[in-house]
Amino acid sequence: MFRFITRRTLGAVVTLLIIAACTFFLFFAVPADPARLACGKVCPPELLEQARHNLGLDQPLFVQFLTWVGGIFLGRDYEGLGYCSAPCLGFSFVNKAPVLDTILDRMPLTISLTLGAAVVFLFFGVATGIVAALKQGKALDKIASVSSLIGASLQIYFIGTLALYFLVYKNHILRQPGYVPFTENPLNWAAGLMLPWVVLAIIFTANYTRMTRSTMVEQLTEDYVRTARAKGMANRSVVMRFALRGTLITIVTILGVDLGTLIGGAIITEQTFGLQGIGQLSIRAVWSSDLPMLMATVLVAAGAIVVFNIIVDVLYAVIDPRVRLS
Amino acid sequence: MWLRFRRDRTGVASAIVVIFFILVAILAPVISWLYGKDPYTLYGQDTPGLLNDFGYPIAPNGGISSQFWFGIEPNLGRDVFTQLVYGIRTSLLIALVTTILTTLIGIVIGIVAGYAGGKTDYFIGRVIDTVLSFPSVLFIIAFMPVVENLFVSADEETPVWLRAVTLVLVLTLFGWAGLARLLRGQVLTLREREFIEAARVTGASPARIVFKELLPNLWTPILIQATLLLPALVTAEAALSFLGVGMIEPIPDWGRMFRRGTEVYTNDITYLIFPGVALVIFVIAFNLLGDSVRDAFDPKLKR
Repeated sequence: MFRFITRRTLGAVVTLLIIAACTFFLFFAVPADPARLACGKVCPPELLEQARHNLGLDQPLFVQFLTWVGGIFLGRDYEGLGYCSAPCLGFSFVNKAPVLDTILDRMPLTISLTLGAAVVFLFFGVATGIVAALKQGKALDKIASVSSLIGASLQIYFIGTLALYFLVYKNHILRQPGYVPFTENPLNWAAGLMLPWVVLAIIFTANYTRMTRSTMVEQLTEDYVRTARAKGMANRSVVMRFALRGTLITIVTILGVDLGTLIGGAIITEQTFGLQGIGQLSIRAVWSSDLPMLMATVLVAAGAIVVFNIIVDVLYAVIDPRVRLS
Repeated sequence: MWLRFRRDRTGVASAIVVIFFILVAILAPVISWLYGKDPYTLYGQDTPGLLNDFGYPIAPNGGISSQFWFGIEPNLGRDVFTQLVYGIRTSLLIALVTTILTTLIGIVIGIVAGYAGGKTDYFIGRVIDTVLSFPSVLFIIAFMPVVENLFVSADEETPVWLRAVTLVLVLTLFGWAGLARLLRGQVLTLREREFIEAARVTGASPARIVFKELLPNLWTPILIQATLLLPALVTAEAALSFLGVGMIEPIPDWGRMFRRGTEVYTNDITYLIFPGVALVIFVIAFNLLGDSVRDAFDPKLKR
């Protein structure tokens, strides 16, 4: 198990380095001059030259990349701008601050948004899926499949805005989305994120219902479920302890993919609801040609996808003992 | 196969809807001519009495009237109906070209990886893994200016066709990996089957094995994936335009309508509802069609 995790982590680090390299070399082809941004609007040539030197932009691109990677482990001194301590992902010329500080500042919002929504759609999706599988009635089955199709076809910028209009603007049922730190006031935290959670849940729940149902139906015909039944185990325990366990593998797989895309693709959600998370940070970075910030957000999003992939693989082994043996 | 598809009532219904959308896209100029308006004229600004002082339609429900069936756009005062009709063209064309490119690249790479095996397969596998771990939405947003700058310098105005080409390029760049991985898996299992073995023993060239033995067995997954890819690309293009990096003014585009719609939704929700409902119907019809195509090709798969 330990060897497995180590191997996967090393692989993930290599993937992230490749992504970082691709991003670095591609984005530095942009003609925007970071030195000019750092220096300000009115900038005499000698000061511009100075800024370019301070940022290391007078070095060859490859050296710049190595310095950037080195900064992650050692920290880096931007002469005249400030010091960026150990895990240094770069220095934003626009904010005049290390990018990691800004990202860590916005991170709680994006994580609350994603994980909160995941809890909601996971709970409702799996619960209705189990009920649908146990009562393989035609009506519920049809409702589940139809609503999963519709849910998957809805766009967050469409129903999100509709929800904003009808639930917030017209009828004041829910609060205008906003972010209050959980530690400050848990109630306001939940109230501020309720609308995005509900909208994301509408889009995602049905898919989980469908997947849970179809896997559960398969699981209920498995030999070990029949054995448990034959030994006289209560129906409830059979479902909860054996069938559900087998179903979890499918659920964990799609959840891993969804969480990765949700964190990486939070841009659309945040844009729709006007929330200032990582997604907004990245799109602002594009507009203001803030390359270090952009690099860091791409890396954070890619990191989220890669990390969730590893977690999924580890969870496989935890859920299904057979995976551990092979 | 065709018979099986015809018996599937949902499939036929969704096919009709899809064909309707395609016809509307092709016949957009005819429809606009019959209707007597175009998507570019600023009717609201040219004719007094349509927009109020704040730029919002005076008539109820976003200015819907016998003259403007779906209302008029706030501020600019363009006709919503023709914008919607012409918008299908933009989205469908971009999605169609991207689907074809993506599928071709996916087929080639998938078959090469699966058939060649060994080091080639390992290398391609790692590339696919990396592409799939890219945060694609974010990367495309960031990447659009870079690609454009390869063709136009920063101070020049970007021509519309170039923006469309750039969109196709970036969407293709991140689209092929999924199909390639799927086909690689299929080829790996097919390669071990007896008929491939037999072909190899009788001395068939690799080209013959690929084109005459492998490809005919792969058409089903390829067709299914392509039908499901197209609506995904339509929404992806709309999402990019919604975020402000897709199509640019004045080309009619659904994503751009969403962007404007979310800006003015508190005063004019109708401007958002028309493209929204149109997109939902379009995507549902296409997804249903994809499911039906799968069922028709492979009845065993029926869930």
